[in-house]
Amino acid sequence: MIEQPVMVKICDIQEESSGVKTFFFKLDLSFEPGQFVMVWIPLLDEKPFTISYMQDDLVGISVLKRGIFTNVLHSKKIGDMLGIRGPYGRGFSLKPDTNSCVMGGGIGMASLATLIDRLNLAVEKHLGNETIIQGARTAQEILYQKRFKGMKLCTDDGTAGFKGTTIDLFKDLLKKQRFRNVYACGPERMLYKVVELCKEHGVECEVSLERYIKCGFGVCGQCDCSGQRVCIDGPVFNTEELSRMEDFGKITITKTGERVIH
Amino acid sequence: MSKINLSVNLCGIQLTNPAILASGILGTTKALLKRVAENGAGAVTIKSISVEPREGHKNPTVITFEAGMLNAVGYSNPGVDAAAREFTNLQDVGVPVIASVIGAQKEDFARVVEGLSAQRFSAIEIPLSCPHTPGFGLLAGHGTPQATFDITSAVRKVTKLPIFVKLSPNIPEICTIGKAAEDAGADAITAVNSMGPGMIINIEAQKPILSFKVGGVTGDALRPVAVRCVYDLYKAIKIPIIGVGGISTGRHAIEMIMAGASAIGIGTGVYSRGIDVFKKVCEEISQWMQENGFDSIKSIVGAAHD
Repeated sequence: MIEQPVMVKICDIQEESSGVKTFFFKLDLSFEPGQFVMVWIPLLDEKPFTISYMQDDLVGISVLKRGIFTNVLHSKKIGDMLGIRGPYGRGFSLKPDTNSCVMGGGIGMASLATLIDRLNLAVEKHLGNETIIQGARTAQEILYQKRFKGMKLCTDDGTAGFKGTTIDLFKDLLKKQRFRNVYACGPERMLYKVVELCKEHGVECEVSLERYIKCGFGVCGQCDCSGQRVCIDGPVFNTEELSRMEDFGKITITKTGERVIH
Repeated sequence: MSKINLSVNLCGIQLTNPAILASGILGTTKALLKRVAENGAGAVTIKSISVEPREGHKNPTVITFEAGMLNAVGYSNPGVDAAAREFTNLQDVGVPVIASVIGAQKEDFARVVEGLSAQRFSAIEIPLSCPHTPGFGLLAGHGTPQATFDITSAVRKVTKLPIFVKLSPNIPEICTIGKAAEDAGADAITAVNSMGPGMIINIEAQKPILSFKVGGVTGDALRPVAVRCVYDLYKAIKIPIIGVGGISTGRHAIEMIMAGASAIGIGTGVYSRGIDVFKKVCEEISQWMQENGFDSIKSIVGAAHD
């Protein structure tokens, strides 16, 4: 674990979709799918991102252009520097030798990408099976289309794949297929529904939550979700843990620390 | 094995053990306070509350180093009205809850205390010693005997709860300030707040890491300074002292108690030893007391003095 930001040079930038770019850099990290790093732009701010590519010492983070920080990040060029510390948190518990379903909504797909890489290794060895569902608002926002073959896509406007939500598609699949494990990341309302469906069908499920992160290592209390610190106890939680977390799917925390309706 | 009694009576508040969650760590929600209590804390302190909501400084706000932590969170908090909604039915937490209250002016401290008065807090802590937030603590001139006296008096007028005044380790005349708080009606002194401020520079970026550039130093680096402050205060004042600064083991806690603390605070120890640091420290205190023939915390308070 890297305690203080290490400055890395951006060595490649890849356009993933409209609004999402992946920034690659070289760093020796021991990273588990579902964990995150804190990315620092000196004099600006520091934000949490998952690692979406991990090939030897080549590391990539996929970033959606959304606020001030990500706009500045998107303006970075090859050769520019970023500060990285981490990785932090508890990732997905990998159970590759089963029939699993991976569900990503929007940029949540980035958190699942290295998990899918790991599951693919098992699929190649005929140890398990996986179904990947990706939901986006429109076709142009679909991520990793070349990277992951055979994804089941759904879009709000029907421009790619199934017209509807990941939940609609997942409900449909549950009628035909039996999954042992479900891994999901996306908007918390979606995750809430995924967890409810998994409970109904007796499927093990793990989801990755998002909160405003400050320290990243469990002392500041900013990322609380019903007594669980998303940065260190999570960000990945399982069905059993989530059923004890009353705030899940309902309440989040603002920058001031106020608990508000999600 | 005889049962060691770790209970402490602090200003009339009965604690099952002397390990208190220090302010600013994990005290954002009632759920987290409850979790800390379940992990063995004898009492817990909420993250400091001001009249208005505050977002605090931008990230990075907290960074660790070899000997502790550097932080400039900047008093992010939801403001007194939202805090009053969050911290209802505090008996659910299971241990006494201390309200940490901040303000720019003495009237602000009083307003926050009044705003929280309907909730079941067991004590009010007023930190007059933050080294890294403009408008508050040291940067607002609260670290003088006169300001300490005035703010403590203002809070004394609006509450019957025990008042703990939290002091800075930076000030050489810490005893004069402790005396001023005592004279104004404080029931205990919390010693100490973070030290400094300090700075950590990333040499490749050629910039300080914290967005506020400087931040309060806590953890191991602070401990010897905190122990000395408590030792000096113990000679100078009659009210009890809550010793805070770099405590993460039972031996550290005993050292602080021997310097004169009646109870101890733990903050950065949550990072170095995990959220169950409270349980671990209490077990280590018990074991040491057993091995060395002590049967109560009271019997070792101030033991290091001549």
